[in-house]
Amino acid sequence: MSFTQLAFYFFAAVMIFAATMVITIRNPVKAALFLVLTFVSGACVWMTLEAEFLAIVLVLVYVGAVMVLFLFVVMMLDINLARLREGFGEYLPIGGLVAVLMVLEMAIVLSADNFDQQNMPRPEPEAEGYSNTKELGRLLYTFYVYPFEIAALILLVAIIAAIALTLRKRPETKYQNPAKQVAVQREDRVRLVKMAAERRKDDQS
Amino acid sequence: MIPLAHYLILGAIMFCLSVIGIFLNRKNVVILLMSIELLLLAININFLAFSHYLQDTAGQVFVFFILTVAAAESAIGLAILIVLFRNRHTINVEDLDTLKG
Repeated sequence: MSFTQLAFYFFAAVMIFAATMVITIRNPVKAALFLVLTFVSGACVWMTLEAEFLAIVLVLVYVGAVMVLFLFVVMMLDINLARLREGFGEYLPIGGLVAVLMVLEMAIVLSADNFDQQNMPRPEPEAEGYSNTKELGRLLYTFYVYPFEIAALILLVAIIAAIALTLRKRPETKYQNPAKQVAVQREDRVRLVKMAAERRKDDQS
Repeated sequence: MIPLAHYLILGAIMFCLSVIGIFLNRKNVVILLMSIELLLLAININFLAFSHYLQDTAGQVFVFFILTVAAAESAIGLAILIVLFRNRHTINVEDLDTLKG
């Protein structure tokens, strides 16, 4: 058994274990942490497929950004766990049956001759000096440049949507409005009063 | 050498795990979102496996786009979740029945 094989089966096992923990564990914070483990193992599996750039992107974008976002949200919300777990086991038998059947069906289909060593041999590893990042960038900026722009636009929409959704006006907070401060006139602030002069009391004698 | 089938079966197992996750945690929106992320990860494994075995980089480009869309989706999903919690003080799917006739 070569090192690549050993690494693949090890990381695949860790990945499946972590994914199982994500869907069964009680505490959402722990679920998020196990999801991090799943993504890191997934990145290692992608490494064995020689997709180095995407493996690093998975770690950076998912573990670094999306999972931190998940953790923030989970810790921010005050969730009543007991109510959320009600009826957890209710659909376990039928759900498990569906899942096991689906895995079996897919395993039967995928174990066909079409995908074995003879019909689909593993290609030779790329030569030294081959850059997966460079290859991907070349493709992304030539053939896929319009889809790439659309992807950028989708991210922009996501930013605007997320901010617009969570933004709220709070009337009770006090804040200064510099425009109003600058635009203020003398008449708004100073009131001149004309009145007769008054005598002091001890002056009257 | 690892046959292609093993990668595909790994993807299938991950897919089914996330499907059963959606079944089990149907009341907790946070875990539902996490299951969707797992689902997309499983799909990406298949894309990358075929991309490598067929020596076609287009599969990796697709994974790139799926990652983009998944990140956008989770960001908007979590924003909706926060607004939901602020207005209703719950994320239990059972309590979210205001659209019920």
